[in-house]
Amino acid sequence: MDVLDPLALARWQFGLTTLYHFIFVPLTLGMGLIVAVFQTAWYRTGKAKWLHLTRFFGKIFLINFAMGVVTGIVQEFQFGMNWSDYSRFVGNVFGAPLAFEGLMAFFLEATFIGLWIFGWDRLPKGLHLATIWVTWIGASFSAYFILAANAWMQNPVGYKVVQGRAELTSLWALLTNKVALATFPHTMLAGFMFAAAVVVAAAAWQLKRGLNVEMMRPALKFGLWSVLISFVGVFLAGDQLAIAMVETQPMKMAAAEAFYNSGCGADASFSLFSIGTPDGSSEVWSLRVPYLLALLSTHTLTGCVEGINDLNAQYAQQFSWTGLTDFAPTIWITYWAFRWMMGLGAFAALVSLLGLWVTRRKAKRPVASWMWTVAIWTAPTALLASLVGWVFTEMGRQPWIVFSLMLTQDGVSPNVPGWQVLLSLIVFTALYGALFVVEFGLIVKTVKKGPDPLPDPDDPEAPAEAGPAELTTVY
Amino acid sequence: MDLAHLWFWIIGILFIGYFVLDGFDFGVGMSLPFLGKDDVGRRQVINTIGPVWDLNETWLIVAGACLFAAFPQWYATLFSGFYLALLLILVTLILRGVSFEYRHQRDSLRWKGGFDTMIVIGSAVPAFLWGVAFANIVNGVPLDAGHNFTGTLLTLLNPYGLLGGLTTLLLFFVNGLLFVALKTDGQVREDARKLAFRAGALALVVAAVFLIWTVVAHFSPAVLILAAIAAVCLVVSIVCNLRGIEGWAFGFGAVTVAAAVLSLWFALYPNVMPASNDPAHSLTIENASSNLYTLQVMSWAALVFLPLVLAYQGWTYWIFRRRVTRSHIENAVPVH
Ligand code: HDD
Ligand code: HEM
Ligand code: HEM
Repeated sequence: MDVLDPLALARWQFGLTTLYHFIFVPLTLGMGLIVAVFQTAWYRTGKAKWLHLTRFFGKIFLINFAMGVVTGIVQEFQFGMNWSDYSRFVGNVFGAPLAFEGLMAFFLEATFIGLWIFGWDRLPKGLHLATIWVTWIGASFSAYFILAANAWMQNPVGYKVVQGRAELTSLWALLTNKVALATFPHTMLAGFMFAAAVVVAAAAWQLKRGLNVEMMRPALKFGLWSVLISFVGVFLAGDQLAIAMVETQPMKMAAAEAFYNSGCGADASFSLFSIGTPDGSSEVWSLRVPYLLALLSTHTLTGCVEGINDLNAQYAQQFSWTGLTDFAPTIWITYWAFRWMMGLGAFAALVSLLGLWVTRRKAKRPVASWMWTVAIWTAPTALLASLVGWVFTEMGRQPWIVFSLMLTQDGVSPNVPGWQVLLSLIVFTALYGALFVVEFGLIVKTVKKGPDPLPDPDDPEAPAEAGPAELTTVY
Repeated sequence: MDLAHLWFWIIGILFIGYFVLDGFDFGVGMSLPFLGKDDVGRRQVINTIGPVWDLNETWLIVAGACLFAAFPQWYATLFSGFYLALLLILVTLILRGVSFEYRHQRDSLRWKGGFDTMIVIGSAVPAFLWGVAFANIVNGVPLDAGHNFTGTLLTLLNPYGLLGGLTTLLLFFVNGLLFVALKTDGQVREDARKLAFRAGALALVVAAVFLIWTVVAHFSPAVLILAAIAAVCLVVSIVCNLRGIEGWAFGFGAVTVAAAVLSLWFALYPNVMPASNDPAHSLTIENASSNLYTLQVMSWAALVFLPLVLAYQGWTYWIFRRRVTRSHIENAVPVH
C-alpha cells in the first residue's frame, strides 16, 4: 500500500478520531445520568453521603466531558475536510440531523453544564439539580441525532437522488429509521454500562483499601446492579438491532458470521470459532451451534440466512455501476469484532453478578483482594466492548460509505494531498495520545483521592448540611 | 427572498454570534501573559469566562453544522480547501479547551504555567486564523470546475488575508480585555483597562485599513455603512473605557465585531465562495445550497430554537453577572 494514499489515510484518521471521541461520549452519557441520580438522592434525603458521591463522580464526569467536547469539534469538521465529495453528495440529507443536534442538543448541553459546574452557590438547590438533568437530556438528544445520521449511512431512507445528489424528502422517515430506533437504546445502554463499570471500578479501588466504606458500598452496589441491568438491556436492544441489520445489510451479518453459503434452519448455524482461507472466500474449519444464526437473524428456527457468496453474486448485478464483484467487508475484523463486543460485555456482566454475590449482606467471607482487582477491570472491558462494537458497525458497512448509494472510495476529498492527511493523522495521534495520558492520570488521581470525607457523627460542631462556602466552585 | 438567501444571513448571524462571543474568550485567553501577576489573578481572569466559554464555542459547532446542512457545497469546498489552516485551528482549540479544565487540577506552578501557555496559544492562533480564513472567503480563492480549492496554505497567506487575521486578533484581544475589566476587581481590572486603551488604539488603525480595503475592493453602500459603524463603535468603546464605563465599552466592542463581520457578509453576497481565477467556478447562494425541503425543515428548527437558545444563554450570563473578585477565588473550592 502506498503510504501517501489519501483514501487509506483518511479512513485511518476518521476511524481513529471517532473511536477516540467514543471513549468519552459513553462516559458522558452514562455518568451524566448517574451523577444526576446521586444528586437527586441528595436533594430528596439531604444525606451528606449523596452530596459527596455527586461531587466525586461529578469530578470524573467533568474531566471526561472536556475531552468529549474538544474531540467532537474534530468530528464535525472532518466530514468537510477529509470527505468533501461525501459531504457534497449527502449534505442535503445528512446535514439536517447535525444541524438539529447543534441547535437542540449541543447548545443546551454546553450552557447547562456551565450552570451546573459553577452554579452550586448561585442557584436554588432545586434549580441547580435541574441543570444536571437538562445537561444529560441534551447529551441524549445529541446522541439520538448523531445516531440517526449514522443510521442513514447504514440504511438510507427518506431521500431521493437528484442530479447525482441525495436530497431529503422526509425528515420524519430519517428520524424514525428502524436502524436508528434500534441503535439508540443499544448505544445509550452500552454507555450506561461503561459508566456504571467506572463507578464499580472507583468504588472497588477505595474499598480494597478500606476507605470511605460508608459511601463506597452503596456506590458499588449501585454500580454492580447498573452494569447487570444495562447488559440485559444492551442484549435485548442488540437483538433488535441484529434483526434490523439483517434486513438492511445482510452482508454485514454474513460477514459477522463468516457465513459463506446461504442456509436455512439447522444449516444457519452460529459460529463460535472459524478459520477462513487467506483470501477470505471460503471457510477452512469452524465450530458451530446449529439453528442459532437463524434464530438471531430472523427470530425463527427455520429462517434462512444469506451467505457471502450468494450476496456477492446478487450485488454484482444490482450494483453493477460500481464495477465491484466483491462486496464483503474484511471478514476477520467483522467476525472477531462481533464476538469481542458480546464477549467483553458478557464478561463485565458476569463479574457484576459475582460481585453482587460476594458483597451480599449475608456474605460470611470478606472480599478477597484479587476480587477487587477483577472488579476494577470491568471498566476497560465495558469500554472495549463499545469500541469494537463500532469497529464492527463501521467496518461492516464497507465498501460502502452510504450503503447502496456511495462507495467509501468515492467520498474522499479529491484535492487534499496524501501528505496533508498523513500530517494531520500524525498530529491527531500524538495529541490524542498525550491527552489520553493526562486525562487518565487525572481520573486515577481523583479516584485515589476519593470523595471528601463525611462529617464525623460524634463531632457536635460538624455542620449537617454543606454550607454555601463549601459549594462555591471556580476553575 | 427565498430560503437559500435567508439561510445565507442566518449562517452570517451564527458566525457573528461565534465571533462576538468566543471572540472575547480568545481575548481573555490572550490577556493571560499581561494580566494577573499571581496565580489568584490569573484564575480571576480565567474564571470570568469559566461558565460560558463552552457555550460560546458551541456557536462555531452550530454554525458549522448549519453550513453543512444549508450549503453542503460551501461546507465541502471550504473545509477541504482550508485543510491545514483548519487543522491548526482544531489543534489549538483542543489545547485551549482542555487547559481550562485541567490547569487547576494540580497544585504545581509548572503544571499551571504549561496550561496557561496553551491557553494563550489556543486563543491567539484561532483568533488570527479565523480572520485569515474569512478575509480569503470574501476575496476569493482559486477553484476548479468542481468547486474544489486548487491553492495551498500559502495562497491564503496573502496581504489581505494576513491583515484580516491581524484585525480579528486585535479586535478580539480588545474585547477580551474589556470583558475582564467588566468582570473583575482590583489590580487585574485596572491593568485590563489600561491595556485595553493601548490595544484599542492599535486595533483601530489595523481594522480601519482592513475595512477600507474591503470597502474599496467590494464596494456597496451596505459594506461602507457597516464598516463605518464598526469603526465608530470601536472609537466609542475606547472612549467609554477611558471614562470607566466598562459595560458600555464592552457592549460597543461587541457591536464593532458584529458590524465588521456583517460588512464582510455583504461584501460576499450573493457569492458564498467566489473563485478568484474564473467567476464561472464561483460558489453562489444558488449553486451551493440544499434543496427546498431541507431548508424548510431547517428554517422551522431555527425559528423555534434560536430564540430559546438566546433566552437561556442570556439567563446564564445573568446568573453569572457578578464580578469575579479576588476574595471569591480565594474562598472557593476549585472545581476538582
Ligand atoms: C457495552 C457494549 C456493548 C455490548 C455488551 C453489546 N454491544 Fe452491540 N454494539 C455496541 C455496544 C455493545 C455499540 C458500540 O454501541 C454499537 C456500535 C453501533 C451501535 O449501534 O452500537 C454496537 C453494535 C451492534 C450491532 C451492529 C449494528 C449495525 O451495524 O447495524 C449489532 C447487531 C449488535 N451490536 C448486537 C449486539 C448483541 C446481540 C449483543 C449481545 C450481547 C451486543 N450487541 C452487546
Ligand atoms: C454519526 C455518526 C457517525 C458517522 C456519520 C460516521 C461516519 C463515518 C465515515 C464517513 C467513515 C469514513 C469511511 C471509512 O473509513 O469507511 C467512518 C469510518 C469509521 N467510523 Fe464512523 N461514523 C459515525 C460514528 C462512528 C462512531 C461513534 C464510531 C466509533 C466510536 C465510528 C467508528 C468508525 C471507524 C472505526 C471507522 C473506520 C472504518 C474504516 O476505516 O473503514 N463511527 N465513519
Ligand atoms: C462521527 C460523528 C460525530 C460527530 C460529528 C460528533 C460531533 C460532536 C461535537 C461537535 C461535540 C461537541 C459538542 C459540544 O461542544 O458540546 C460532540 C460531543 C458529544 N458527542 Fe459527538 N459526534 C459524533 C459521534 C457521536 C456519537 C456516535 C455519539 C453518541 C452516541 C455522540 C455523542 C456526543 C455527546 C453525548 C457529546 C457531548 C458530551 C461530551 O462532549 O462528552 N457523538 N460530538
